Amino acid sequence: MVGSFLQPLLYLLGMGLGVGALVDRGDRSEQLLDGLTYFQFLAPGLLATTAMMVCANEALWPVMGGFKWMRGFHAQAATPLSPGEVAGGLALWHGTKALISVCGVALVLVLFAETRSFGILLAVPFGALTGLAFATPLSAWSSTRQRDTSFPAINRFVIMPLFLFGGAFYPIEQLPDWMESVAEFTPLWHGVELCRGAVHGRLEFGSAVVHVAVLASVALVGWLVARVTFARRLAA
Amino acid sequence: MSVSVSTPLLSASRLVKRFGDFVAVGGIDVEVQQGESFGFLGPNGAGKSSTMRMIGCVSPVTEGELRIFGLDPATHGKQIRARLGVVPQMDQLDEQLSVEDNLILYGRYFDIPRAECKRRAKELLEFVQLTDRAKSSVEPLSGGMKRRVTIARSLINEPELLLLDEPTTGLDPQARHVLWDRLYRLKQRGVTLVLTTHYMDEAEQLCDRLVVMDQGKIVAMGSPRQLIQEHSPREVLELRYSAGTNEQRALEVDGIGHRREVLPDRVLIYADDGEAALADVHARGSRPESVLVRRSSLEDVFLRLTGRSLVD
Repeated sequence: MVGSFLQPLLYLLGMGLGVGALVDRGDRSEQLLDGLTYFQFLAPGLLATTAMMVCANEALWPVMGGFKWMRGFHAQAATPLSPGEVAGGLALWHGTKALISVCGVALVLVLFAETRSFGILLAVPFGALTGLAFATPLSAWSSTRQRDTSFPAINRFVIMPLFLFGGAFYPIEQLPDWMESVAEFTPLWHGVELCRGAVHGRLEFGSAVVHVAVLASVALVGWLVARVTFARRLAA
Repeated sequence: MSVSVSTPLLSASRLVKRFGDFVAVGGIDVEVQQGESFGFLGPNGAGKSSTMRMIGCVSPVTEGELRIFGLDPATHGKQIRARLGVVPQMDQLDEQLSVEDNLILYGRYFDIPRAECKRRAKELLEFVQLTDRAKSSVEPLSGGMKRRVTIARSLINEPELLLLDEPTTGLDPQARHVLWDRLYRLKQRGVTLVLTTHYMDEAEQLCDRLVVMDQGKIVAMGSPRQLIQEHSPREVLELRYSAGTNEQRALEVDGIGHRREVLPDRVLIYADDGEAALADVHARGSRPESVLVRRSSLEDVFLRLTGRSLVD
């Protein structure tokens, strides 16, 4: 919680104020960001990126540890719990963890007049859902791995690029067309759009439904796959 | 629900576990009665843990029939697991939680109300003599203490059958004796124990009856005393010669006792009277660097049955 409060705060101060001072100086800056200051543009996206980072971390090494090192999942599987319930309980924990961190970021947003709004209340569950869309597929992946060699690569080549190119720091229209299309397929972009729209009260119902549907489907499919992969791993 | 005396608590017939082409358990028959303390003795890789994981209803049976409390793990896994206690080979405790919370959380997996979990946790920590550590985190505890926490945890659902996979492997002698004492008390309370071990002293201490397993098969079955009587003369004379000469020096004592076994570090002579055998050895002019006469043990039974020692 403390980390989820401090890290976005640093990003906001560093990027929001520093880069913001540059961006907002341009003549057409108002149009560029749909009438938002850079600070206003950046801040809500951090709800989604923080949830993503937290959940990605939780779904890699700790999940492997649950099978291999601390073996907590094996301990659970020895009780009446089924492997599917073990996977479900984990998803529930990841959702909770995402919610807690998103609340930390929300506190940061409340601190600044530029982002303070009732829309934050709506953005919080959107942020948590974004986290879950990363938690369940990555948990499923981790449960099939015997070694953690792929995990740093996931961080470097999936999570970091999404953080940079997923629409949190600038509109994805700025990207080359092909990258823009890729970005539109990633859960993070949908989460960022939802959170930004919610905080600034500009969410359209139709697009909100699409964004939520995408995030929920990814989370759901990840969970269903994890139920199967957990059962396989625990029965081996 | 209770099991009538005539029905075995656990029965396996022609039980097989395969992983791909590898046969971990190659068709074993076992019956364990209520209140019994039953052991699987064998070296690493004998198929003990695979058997335990099938009995624990976490690993599906490949072939054959397995019944626990008269129920089939394939259809009643949940119901069976609710009545089992499991002490796995590795402790699997949550090191971030306190000792007490480990027990309470585990009890919650059995849907036992929190207040009841708390009450039982207190009792169980008393039983394993860790009351003073209840609030301490698990991480700094010694191996023997962690093992005791794991045993306490496995008892939180008041199991009818307790499965222990190598309960004292890796513990120092003192910790092992403390553990044995606690397990013996459980047995006295009527808890059925099924355990695996590769220590013959552990099997002798704890098991009413045991099977000796090797390469997925049962090679002998009986009480420790029976097995020793059947498969080994009463005493063993151990001779140590200087390193690397055992093979050659063993020839000097050929024909003494019932049987001779040459190990890398010593020569064993099986005899009804060890001292008499030693006198024979000396009479032949053979001069070992050290000698020991002892009662024969399950280790000797195992050596006899498989030609290898238990602990490599």
